[in-house]
Amino acid sequence: MQNVLDNYESVMEEQVTYWYPCGYVDDFPENAGACVKYKHAQIAVFYFARMGKWYACQNLCPHKVEMVLSRGMIGDATGIAKVACPMHKHNFSLEDGACLTAELPAIATYPVRVENQQVFVGFNF
Amino acid sequence: MKIIVVGNGMVGYKFCEKLVSKTTYKKENFEVTVFGEEIRPAYDRVHLSEYFLNQDARSLELADQNWYAENGIDLRLGELIKKIDIHNKTVESHKSEIYTFDKLIIATGSYPFVPVIDGVDKKGIFVYRTIEDLDQMISFSEKIKAKGKNKAVVIGGGLLGLEAAKAVKDLGLETHIVEFAPVLMARQLDARGGDILKSKIEDLGIVVHTSKNTKCFAGEQDVEKMHFTDGSELDVDMVVISAGIKARDEVASAAGLELGPRGGVLVDEKMQTSHPDIYAIGEVANFLGFTYGLVAPGYEMAEVVVAQLYGENKSMLESPDMSTKLKLLGVDVASFGDAIDIHHEHTPIIFENRHEKIYKRVNISADGTKLMGGILVGDAAEYNMLLQIYKNGMPLPKNPEDLILGSRNGDGGHNDVSALPDTAVICSCENVNKGKICCVITDDGLDTYKAISKQTKAGTGCGGCKPMVQNILESELKKMGRVVKNTICEHFQYTRAELYDIVKIKGITDYDEALNTIGMGHGCESCKPVLASIFASLFMETANKQPAIQDSNDRFLANIQRNGTYSVVPRIPGGEITPEKLIVIGEVAKEYNLYTKITGGQRIDLFGAQLNDLPAIWEKLIIAGFESGHAYGKALRTVKSCVGSTWCRFGMNDSVSLAVKIENRYKGLRAPHKLKGGVSGCIRECAEARGKDFGIIAVEGGLNLYVCGNGGADPKHAILLASGLDEETCIKYLDRFLMFYIQTAGPLIRTAPWLEKMEGGIEYLKSVVVDDTLGIGAELESQMEKLVSDYACEWKEAIENDSIRKRYKHFVNSEDRDENIVFVPLREMKMPEPWK
Repeated sequence: MQNVLDNYESVMEEQVTYWYPCGYVDDFPENAGACVKYKHAQIAVFYFARMGKWYACQNLCPHKVEMVLSRGMIGDATGIAKVACPMHKHNFSLEDGACLTAELPAIATYPVRVENQQVFVGFNF
Repeated sequence: MKIIVVGNGMVGYKFCEKLVSKTTYKKENFEVTVFGEEIRPAYDRVHLSEYFLNQDARSLELADQNWYAENGIDLRLGELIKKIDIHNKTVESHKSEIYTFDKLIIATGSYPFVPVIDGVDKKGIFVYRTIEDLDQMISFSEKIKAKGKNKAVVIGGGLLGLEAAKAVKDLGLETHIVEFAPVLMARQLDARGGDILKSKIEDLGIVVHTSKNTKCFAGEQDVEKMHFTDGSELDVDMVVISAGIKARDEVASAAGLELGPRGGVLVDEKMQTSHPDIYAIGEVANFLGFTYGLVAPGYEMAEVVVAQLYGENKSMLESPDMSTKLKLLGVDVASFGDAIDIHHEHTPIIFENRHEKIYKRVNISADGTKLMGGILVGDAAEYNMLLQIYKNGMPLPKNPEDLILGSRNGDGGHNDVSALPDTAVICSCENVNKGKICCVITDDGLDTYKAISKQTKAGTGCGGCKPMVQNILESELKKMGRVVKNTICEHFQYTRAELYDIVKIKGITDYDEALNTIGMGHGCESCKPVLASIFASLFMETANKQPAIQDSNDRFLANIQRNGTYSVVPRIPGGEITPEKLIVIGEVAKEYNLYTKITGGQRIDLFGAQLNDLPAIWEKLIIAGFESGHAYGKALRTVKSCVGSTWCRFGMNDSVSLAVKIENRYKGLRAPHKLKGGVSGCIRECAEARGKDFGIIAVEGGLNLYVCGNGGADPKHAILLASGLDEETCIKYLDRFLMFYIQTAGPLIRTAPWLEKMEGGIEYLKSVVVDDTLGIGAELESQMEKLVSDYACEWKEAIENDSIRKRYKHFVNSEDRDENIVFVPLREMKMPEPWK
């Protein structure tokens, strides 16, 4: 299981080598998440319609190593965009991936870009 | 400094703990050696009877052996000190090894007192003090049980005797208690209190014989019979003597240390014996003419000695606190201060309820200004507060009877922890006062009971002060302006009930509008489901209308399970199902390879469905006539029923028809928490309706309606709201009750805790629902009527709508399924791969 977690490492905007077009704005639910498949990775993509912002992170919750984060509720904690895992409600910052409710490893985050209604997630692999 | 501690019981251990927990403690300054006669490190003798339940000696340990080593203490178990030489300051062990000391602490405790009675050496007669004693009792009881015998007698109806009786009862033996005095617990209780205790204990099937003096034990080898001085006799198979304690002072006595007239090593207020370098603590010490068999005074003595060793000035209080609160054989018993008032110096106020078997007595000073002591049997909820009033000499309420009867005009003034002075000792086991608890809350910022208990040790002894510590915590947080009210979260500064009213009055219809007009920020997993629930309660909107604010399970209309798959629970109203529908469930489960299980609510749960399969599974179920069971929602779950008068020869009522009707009436109803109901056709209550949020039991003359029960972690029986109802009135009251709960309860508060926090309790709820004193009955009914008529099955909605069905794809950009889901076999079915 540990090696599944190792598949995910945060990518900074400047490290992006490939902007993967994963769908159109309409494919994604507003103010919630959906899951995208890229190679063998599962990426959760969140559309904060209220703020007009997009976030992406690994779909894998590091707590019990389940592919579920895209189905979590989103919101903010003192202004920081976050997702709450649907399993045990652990909160993760979507800005830097840090766990906000327990001492869990941070999740990997990825940059998102929207051009002409098309949604791209940035990868370096 | 070389310190030797003789004895590793509770008080001997406490001495070590207090010694090393001083911030100035350095291992190199003290060379501590502890001798314990038993083979185990010190254990909790107070809870010894728990050993019968789990036979896990280690769970009773106060600290494991490593703890002693880690703190620089040399613990020598199984070594008995047989001699003290006070001139050369040495002790000699039973192995004839000599050890020198600078300071000696005698903490040898006591022996069980065994009266001189003919035949007391017969087999099958035990004392009750150590784990070895218990082990012997256990093996002997097994031996006699194998011979078909099971009659055990405990001699002694005091505190220890009753503990021993519990142990004997837990062994599954027929239990008798024989007490010399006319009253049980004669040291703590008066005759009336003792009488109530006796009657409560007899309810448990234990036979209590008071005013009985044992003359002799008869029997060949094993004890077989007891003869009493009044000529009566009793057949027995086993005897446990627990008739008091006797200080273990023989080594001290032989060494030339002074003893008290009735035994025990004489000590002064510094716990010094007649030799200045030798201290005695715990049950072996005789202070002010008495020895003390409770842990609290023993712990205080340990603390006094530690203070001497650190050169601090601390001495024993003039009269050690003998107040105690215990659960004996499941009965709450408490006694404090001058409880019995032998000299008739005070004015007693007595409350006795023979029906509920509750006895309460407080003794008021002759001038009517102070509380001097008291007794509580059957209900000791007021103990902590009474003890504080007594110890701190706090002023009495205007009507002192309010102390035990509760204030009857609703102000409850004396029950307020904020009135206590900082010096008030909250935890007597660990001697922690209110000031210290407040200090860790205000200065260290601790805000949970657990953290406070860890830091201050309050509540780590008998645990009796836990409610009080919690009250202090709440009151201090309130003072600091925290948790003034239970606001939902950082985005809405309102309680759920306030939000409900605001949304209704302002006519707010969606979540973003609520955030924009009365909230702030972008919401979170706390406020979104609360608003979703409020919208559902006001407009009966299903979870499909605003999916993004639904709790994750409601968003997908299914319960997420351990590996991220879902469970499927179709509604089976009242637990009644046709063979045809059963077959459909079976076929669906087979087709999708689902694990099936009967739930506690009389329906069938299908586990292991992948997200992408949910719409197809539900489509099949809905075609067969099923509807969503709302097992994923904070909503009505099931109304459980017994088979009722249509089949059952005892039934008074067709409980299944009523359960079906009620479940169909409230299906889809969302609430602050899940709701469960039950209908039983007669008083045998096979539907367990009183374990539900609402329960109906048919009796002669109509239906009894019970409310606010639940199972789960903190089970509560539902309480009678109204009786002898016809069906129409019953449903009317249910409408009002449910709607009132939905409007006023906090998020995730079930009906039982909601009622507990309600001012005025069940009487107030009755006045609202039955008597309609608020005049809102008709409004509640019409709101419920609207919700009932606007119901729609949200799964039917979902499968008929392509955009909703799209939600169930695992990937937005691929038709692939989640390849990470792994199942392993379980009997003939499957389960998720266990978590690593």
